[in-house]
Amino acid sequence: MIAENEEYILEMLGKGMREHERGHMQYRDIKIETNTIPHAEGSATVDIGNTKVLVGVKLAVGTPLPDKPDEGALVTGAELLPLANAEYETGPPSPEAIEFARVVDRGIRAAGVVDTDALFIEKDKVWTAFVDIYVLNYDGNLFDAGTLAATTALLSARMPKLEGDEVIREGNLGKLKTNGIVTSCTYAKVSKNVLLDPNGNEERIMSGRLTIANDEKVVRAMQKGLSGSFSFKELTELVDATFDKSKQLRDKMKQAIGD
Amino acid sequence: MGGGKNKPELIVGGKRTDGRAMDELRPIKIQVGILKNAEGSAYLEWGNNKVLAAVYGPKEAQPKHIANPDRAIIKCRYQMAPFSSLEEHSRSGPNRRAIEISKVTKEVFENVIMLDNFPGSEIDIFVEVLQSDGGTRAAGITAAAVAVASSGIPMRDIPYAVSAGKAGEEIILDLNKIEDNYSEADMPIAVAPRNNDILLLQMDGSLTSEQIRKATDMVIKAGETITKLQREALEARYS
Repeated sequence: MIAENEEYILEMLGKGMREHERGHMQYRDIKIETNTIPHAEGSATVDIGNTKVLVGVKLAVGTPLPDKPDEGALVTGAELLPLANAEYETGPPSPEAIEFARVVDRGIRAAGVVDTDALFIEKDKVWTAFVDIYVLNYDGNLFDAGTLAATTALLSARMPKLEGDEVIREGNLGKLKTNGIVTSCTYAKVSKNVLLDPNGNEERIMSGRLTIANDEKVVRAMQKGLSGSFSFKELTELVDATFDKSKQLRDKMKQAIGD
Repeated sequence: MGGGKNKPELIVGGKRTDGRAMDELRPIKIQVGILKNAEGSAYLEWGNNKVLAAVYGPKEAQPKHIANPDRAIIKCRYQMAPFSSLEEHSRSGPNRRAIEISKVTKEVFENVIMLDNFPGSEIDIFVEVLQSDGGTRAAGITAAAVAVASSGIPMRDIPYAVSAGKAGEEIILDLNKIEDNYSEADMPIAVAPRNNDILLLQMDGSLTSEQIRKATDMVIKAGETITKLQREALEARYS
């Protein structure tokens, strides 16, 4: 089955085409919905084509990291749930899941999305923001969907209150303090072609993957994955393409959070 | 990257904390074949980093169900020794960071090793960081490349890796630990020198497209030096 898809995709690429009549540098339809899990402090569900990713944000009182005693912490995890894809298995996080979570985390951290200074409570007591990425349906490009969902969930999250030792998570609460916005664009190398937003079939035959996360002004994080390579020329071109393509992602995100 | 309230000055009077110029590598020393049991091995000192790399195989892939009938698979483990840093003792065994580095290191070697030559087998690459001072993944890849070459496993090229980044508004090459902790950006890159293909690229912080261009130019230039040292180390062992 995979071999058949592979032939079909390569044949179409030979004619300059992609599944569903997409251009090489064109996203599938993107849908962003906020507050899909109202019990969480922040949440967002993102669909890119048939890929569906949910992010829930919870805040908990904890101790600061030893090297950052006067700021709160950010902890990002990703679950490739077995219900999302026939190939995903139960068990401890795979290297793929760990890489995914860490790439999303680096973008959010580098762009200063969470104001960790504002999460300081008192000496040895800070808030930790837990960002949990749940992949609900896999059809490629988890990185962009994960970054969109995580950033949207954080930007729309409420900030719990501490009354004595009790954490108040409901009622009249302010918003989590944020300082930035980040999105990512992921490109797949399939034979000599570079494809933005690879779907599942394209990812199964891609040799390399490049993710570039940015805000309006600068690149915030990058990650090349898999054994395939990119040239320095391709890197430069894709950085420029990302500044262009990311506008639509930021617009959609701002629209979703009603900004 | 980026953290801390008591940020030290990374550049004073046009020099870096350890006296280097912006585009200057730390001293690199490579020794080939120092572990007798391994098919190939290398010991590398890169500034204050001390890294051992060893290669075992090709051998029958275990467990059998992970074997690929068309080509060899690579297993890679990068690990930092619990005593390797100036900070506290760290828990031994790979953490999430090490698992990610192991994955991207493995992918570098999947590109250059002729895997088709060894269907059904596995090749094991081990990188042990004995002392760390920033840039250990680059040091590990540079050492592992020499270890694989010395094992006789056929490769298309001997890759190198080095990091570039940004201190203030200056683009700098080969970040040490303090620079890594307090810089505005860190971008480790691994390259196949024969065609300048990018085999590993990671980055976090803040870089404009122009700064990325400047940093990659620095990496390519430094690559000439690193490649030369790798080849000299191999020649010293086998001449």
